Amino acid sequence: MNTATTTANGHAPHGEHHPAGLLRWLTTTNHKDIGTMYLTFALVMFFVGGAMILAVRAELFQPGMQLMQPEFFNQLIGVHALVMIFAALMPAATGFANWQIPLMIGAPDMALPRLNNWGFWLLPPAALLLTMPFVLALFGIGDGAIATGWTFYAPLSVQGGIGVDFAIFAVHILGISSILGSINIIVTIFNMRAPGMTMMKLPLFCWGWLITAFLLIATIPVLAGAVTMLLTDRHFGTHFFTAAGGGDPILFQHLFWFFGHPEVYILLLPVWGLMPHVLATFSRKPVYGYKAQVYGFVAIGILSVVVWAHHFFTAGLPVPALLYFMYSTMSISLPLAVLFFCWIATMWRGAMSFETPMLFATGFIVLFGIAGLTGLVLADVAADAQYHHSYFVVAHFHYALFAGGIMGVMTGVYYWLPKWTGRMYSETLGKWHFWLTVLSFNLTFMPQFFLGLAGMPRRIPDYALQFAEFNAISTVGAFILGISQLLFAWNIVQCVCGRGAPAESRAWEGAEGLEWELSSPPPHHSWEIQPRVK
Amino acid sequence: MKRRAALVVLSCAASSMAHADFQWNFPTPVTPIARDTLAIHNEFMLIITALFVAVFAIMIYSMVRHRKSVGHEPAKFSGPTGAVQWFWALVPFAILLFIDFVLMGIPAFHAVIEMEDTKTKADMVVKVTGLQWKWQYEYPDDGIRFMSNLTTPPEQIAGATAKGENYLLEVDNPLVLPVGKKVRVLLTATDVIHTWWVPQFGVKRDAIPGFIRETWVKIEEPGTYRGQCAELCGKGHGFMPVVVQALPEAEYVAWRDAKKMELAQAAAGADRAWSKDELMERGKDVYARQCAVCHQPEGQGLPPAFPPLAGSRIVNGPLLTMDGKPLPDGHVDRVLNGKDGTAMQAFRNTLDDVELAAVITFERNSFGNKQGDMIQPAQIKALREEAK
Ligand code: HEC
Ligand code: HEM
Ligand SMILES: [Cu+2]
Ligand SMILES: [Cu+2]
Repeated sequence: MNTATTTANGHAPHGEHHPAGLLRWLTTTNHKDIGTMYLTFALVMFFVGGAMILAVRAELFQPGMQLMQPEFFNQLIGVHALVMIFAALMPAATGFANWQIPLMIGAPDMALPRLNNWGFWLLPPAALLLTMPFVLALFGIGDGAIATGWTFYAPLSVQGGIGVDFAIFAVHILGISSILGSINIIVTIFNMRAPGMTMMKLPLFCWGWLITAFLLIATIPVLAGAVTMLLTDRHFGTHFFTAAGGGDPILFQHLFWFFGHPEVYILLLPVWGLMPHVLATFSRKPVYGYKAQVYGFVAIGILSVVVWAHHFFTAGLPVPALLYFMYSTMSISLPLAVLFFCWIATMWRGAMSFETPMLFATGFIVLFGIAGLTGLVLADVAADAQYHHSYFVVAHFHYALFAGGIMGVMTGVYYWLPKWTGRMYSETLGKWHFWLTVLSFNLTFMPQFFLGLAGMPRRIPDYALQFAEFNAISTVGAFILGISQLLFAWNIVQCVCGRGAPAESRAWEGAEGLEWELSSPPPHHSWEIQPRVK
Repeated sequence: MKRRAALVVLSCAASSMAHADFQWNFPTPVTPIARDTLAIHNEFMLIITALFVAVFAIMIYSMVRHRKSVGHEPAKFSGPTGAVQWFWALVPFAILLFIDFVLMGIPAFHAVIEMEDTKTKADMVVKVTGLQWKWQYEYPDDGIRFMSNLTTPPEQIAGATAKGENYLLEVDNPLVLPVGKKVRVLLTATDVIHTWWVPQFGVKRDAIPGFIRETWVKIEEPGTYRGQCAELCGKGHGFMPVVVQALPEAEYVAWRDAKKMELAQAAAGADRAWSKDELMERGKDVYARQCAVCHQPEGQGLPPAFPPLAGSRIVNGPLLTMDGKPLPDGHVDRVLNGKDGTAMQAFRNTLDDVELAAVITFERNSFGNKQGDMIQPAQIKALREEAK
């Protein structure tokens, strides 16, 4: 099909005049290079965010303040979350999109390559801005990073130190990067599909990302607006969020969560998109309910922007609002159930084998199921009065974001790593990584459900004695969880360094789709001649 | 070395497991709302557990039976075909619809309505104000108002002494409420958002600066109930517990009358002349309770967030202007009116005349500050009346 462009190591020495070394990475417009940079960045930041929270868990191992001041504790939890969400999970998903979308739709590259390069290179400065106040504080400048949690709630954030300003600018830059990435993805999907690939033949992974991209474009500007209003409240005498000047602190929460709730789906839709590919591959069976899943994505995308106030049921909303947000939130369970149904139906009566990606995919389904079911309960306003701002919520959203998000990303990495590097990773290490992750993840977060029920508030650096046992268990789990991730990094590094058995074009027996027609790794310009889709 | 550390960790873990009191569910409810909430929560947990088991039993069955390694041949279907399959594909959604909006939706509806019904048949009102990092309780009908501060000693938090039974959940002045009365609780805050939460009441509501929110409690059992602030409100967020003492009606009335007397005596104090020693002694106490969290016990502050008072230009500036008014941005002004947009709040709203005069006098003559002057409670009282 495509000839001449492929060499053994997949790079393209044929008259391409791109620079070598650092300059290559700074200036590259190649979707695969950029995808690699996104994924590498995400992996590094995953460890940075993880190290921060291990310090927090160490402090919470026992009652009493042992390792740090409460101020520093507050900075760590907020920056942990911002790093994990904006610098680990979102870039990982964008890395997937960059690598996979052109391969899957039969395009030579992304539609807007230079934009793509910018989109990535905005990230490192943003991450630097976010974490720099920690370093500045060491030199006596300012009082450290943002200490309001990742939610920036006013008026606490109006009161905060320079860490808040740094975080506001970091969010602005991250937002621009996301919007650039989204525009690129939308344009690519709409314009660069191979002939014959109608929208209803578009791979589900691309559909998931398409909805994500629209959600990003719809909600990031609202977040940017909210934090800009915060900035002017802090420095230019406006009173958007100060009652004394006619403002309202709850306005900030409305604006923040108008972005914040869709953000959860922004993080998860790419993962939901890739799940059916993995499940179908390892069940050796076609995807079940393609159309239902597409409509499910669209429905979730729409619902996600109309349920935001369930994040602050205790703020004293009027009864009709409470009822509306309660029932609309509950109704999200329906399209989600469609997805669960299709995932399990894809496995049903297949011929399954459980390589590492399939292990992660099934682990994802079960644990994300816990997140979804507890979410349904959280929607109930009256019971939410007990759950809200307690460790129950912390457990819930880690089942969603770690088990649903990060484990989903790991599924994708193991699934596509042979395609990207041309090497098979070590199955043994992969299996160890999976079992250690699943067990220690539950050891970390299951106890937090009970802590929340017993009445432990979140974001506290020290706690009453009745919470001691579960916290100790959770900390032990977190350290095992953190250390196990080194296996993941090691496994990836091995492949990147060219160790491991060579991967075939169709790296998995049951894999279907255009990306598996190209060599592993694919040629420099992925599809020079567009394939025809029947 | 490493092995020793591992052993210590293990034995700690083992001993804590041995006398662990794991609590798996909500604490015992003592209000109608909390009872309702617990019942709903238990019902929901059963429902979602049943869903979880049913769905994943099917999945695990498939994972065991439909494996390549047991020679299962893959089917080819990619969606429901025919009326029967469509029927079975839609049944789960009908069930879920029923669960969402009937099984869960209806009890949830009634619980919300009950929870928000703060106005009908309220027997009394209390006002709760959140401040960094303490609560103020006010009984508008009785003119009672007082602060509630954490009493856990810092040595316990630092681990220098053994932790007491109610570590971090103990205060000097708990909110006292009568048993069996419907109490309407109004909430607000002076600085940032706080959240008032007592798990055994099933009630959690935000206290928002500049706004009033409300909720209600009707406590059924006498006792002491403990909770915490549930909204991140700065460095002291983990250290502002809520403690409520519920008393039988008669004891409550006795407590209320005694408290009124006590406050009346304190107010009378504002009209007499105080000696400097009296003010210093009182001021030291007020400072320790109200100001030391930020400005630190020795007045050294925690720069850059919290300025030192030792050697502060403002504290060592003039007390009042020539015509007896507070100097703008001077010491009296700063303590009375706070500073917008910072953690320094207006103490005019929370301290009485004696306390304000005492703490200002104390600051001017402590931490190496040697102003030698003082301000009388009566002067503060006059300034406040003028400001109205
Ligand atoms: C929640 C923390 C907090 C508490 C509690 C607090 N302060 Fe302050 N205080 C501040 C901050 C922050 C400033 C600096 C305001 C600014 O930026 O000018 C300040 C400034 C001051 C100043 C001016 C000092 C200077 O040199 O700028 C005085 C005087 C003062 N406070 C007195 C008090 C007194 C008296 C109390 C107790 C009744 C008290 N403060 C309690 C946070 C606090
Ligand atoms: C090693 C794995 C992880 C551990 C052990 C961990 C643990 C924690 C802990 C202990 C907190 C603080 C809770 C509190 O005090 O309120 C927290 C907060 C949070 N985490 Fe994680 N986490 C992990 C991974 C992640 C990931 C992957 C994400 C998202 C992608 C994430 C998102 C968040 C968010 C949003 C918060 C809330 C922060 C806030 O209160 O503002 N975490 N995490
Ligand atoms: Cu508080
Ligand atoms: Cu708080």
